[in-house]
Amino acid sequence: MSADAGGERNRPIRCLIAKVGLDGHDRGAHVIARAFRDAGFEVVYSGLHRAPEEIVQAAVQEDVDVLGISILSGAHNTLVPKIVEGLKEYGAFTDTLLIVGGIIPEEDRDGLREMGVAAIFGPGTPMQETVDFVRENAPARTDDPA
Amino acid sequence: MTDPSHDSSPAADLDPEVADRNRRLVAALLDGEHRALARVISRIEDRAPGHRDLVSRLHPHTGTAAVIGITGSPGAGKSTLVDKLAAAYRDRGETVGVVAVDPASPYSGGSVLGDRIRMAATVGDMDVFVRSMSARGRLGGLSTATTDAVHALDAFGKDVVLVETVGAGQNEVDIVRTADTVAVVVQPGSGDDIQMLKAGILEIGDVFAVNKADMDGVDRLIAELEEMLHRRDGDGAGAGSAAGHHGPGAAPGDTDPTAPADSDSGAPEWEPRVVTTVATAGEGIDDLVDAFDAHAAYLRASGAGTERARSRHAAEIRRLVREDANVLLDAEIRRRGGLDALADRVLAGETDPYTVASEILDPIADCVDAAGEDAATDGDDPSALGDE
Repeated sequence: MSADAGGERNRPIRCLIAKVGLDGHDRGAHVIARAFRDAGFEVVYSGLHRAPEEIVQAAVQEDVDVLGISILSGAHNTLVPKIVEGLKEYGAFTDTLLIVGGIIPEEDRDGLREMGVAAIFGPGTPMQETVDFVRENAPARTDDPA
Repeated sequence: MTDPSHDSSPAADLDPEVADRNRRLVAALLDGEHRALARVISRIEDRAPGHRDLVSRLHPHTGTAAVIGITGSPGAGKSTLVDKLAAAYRDRGETVGVVAVDPASPYSGGSVLGDRIRMAATVGDMDVFVRSMSARGRLGGLSTATTDAVHALDAFGKDVVLVETVGAGQNEVDIVRTADTVAVVVQPGSGDDIQMLKAGILEIGDVFAVNKADMDGVDRLIAELEEMLHRRDGDGAGAGSAAGHHGPGAAPGDTDPTAPADSDSGAPEWEPRVVTTVATAGEGIDDLVDAFDAHAAYLRASGAGTERARSRHAAEIRRLVREDANVLLDAEIRRRGGLDALADRVLAGETDPYTVASEILDPIADCVDAAGEDAATDGDDPSALGDE
């Protein structure tokens, strides 16, 4: 009978939308945050000009399923690896879906994917495509941080 | 109290795997692993299977954090104040937990949790653990989830836990009532604040922060506030924030079943303090911290902290028992064919809602009566529930 043992787990997909580095353009991040909210996700927005370690801190504390990094500054090849390293340090890398949005040149994309970025969404990507991708790929909870 | 390993979980029918995972999660949390703390809060917030067992395991390790509820209307500057307060406590060498509650969209159920944007003074400092929570459209359940998340931060060893929420309704009032100290943030230049205070927030404030004190209208706001606070004293309504405990020694063994759970009697009154702040510039933050310290000292010295602890435990027990009773009743209704079938009988003119309700409840009432006769003297000890 216990209310503890049974019951459906009702967890919305939790996302962190992060602006990292010296990049003051957050319109895209805002639009994504709104669209994710309207899709029923819980979206934590980081605010502008975050350092990679701040993003990692937020992702770990908020226990997000999805980390979406918006970069339009061109510094993705330095910033993304730092975030990946930080997530690994806290044991949060394997069960966080890492996606990148913004201006990423074609020749850099394979490198980011090798680092563990699941998808890269450039300008003009239909919103529904991003939402669908997150729904389909948000990691199943392994329930064990150790 | 039980031994620290605490294997006597409240749910004997708990999946052993879940119990085992809970044991490991709590061990990792007590070991200081941030990821474990984050995951524990998630499971609590999601009301995942075994979450009660989890909270129950945390319980022996709680009771040391000072819990401060911060509420106020949107735009009053709560998040900025919380950020600066966290920095001030860190400067004193104390560790800080923050639970920031934001509303959810009533349409999609989704939410944008933006309080982290204001967390600027303490970013990169893992000794400030900030957790954003969505209301998720729950009624009542939010205060349960928030309280339990505070327990997790408390057990983790945070010295101070700040709970931030928009003071816009009963739900939010319930949340801040679980704090030891309640701070209400108001700003000048908006008559709405006083309107909001009328709506029940005034009664629960221990400390009032008049934020944006560099704006016009501060003096008038302070005057209005003081006047309303005096009127509150005149009413003899008593300090309304009747929940929360403080300090490691709170409430062990002082379970007097005859005392009314929400009694404040005996404790001298706390005179609510009004502090002016400019959160963006960091002005008045030290005064605010002083006011919180003074209130904590008052709670300890007057015994009001113990009274609050008792009333909080009582509320928690009542809430859990009601949740469980609802589960039982739902099962009984299902056993009788479900609500729709019962409603159809009323619709067909065979019976009426009162009769149906009695049919469902009478056997349960009989059981309770029988149990009451069996154990007329020893069945009424709140500590049996409250202290595990």
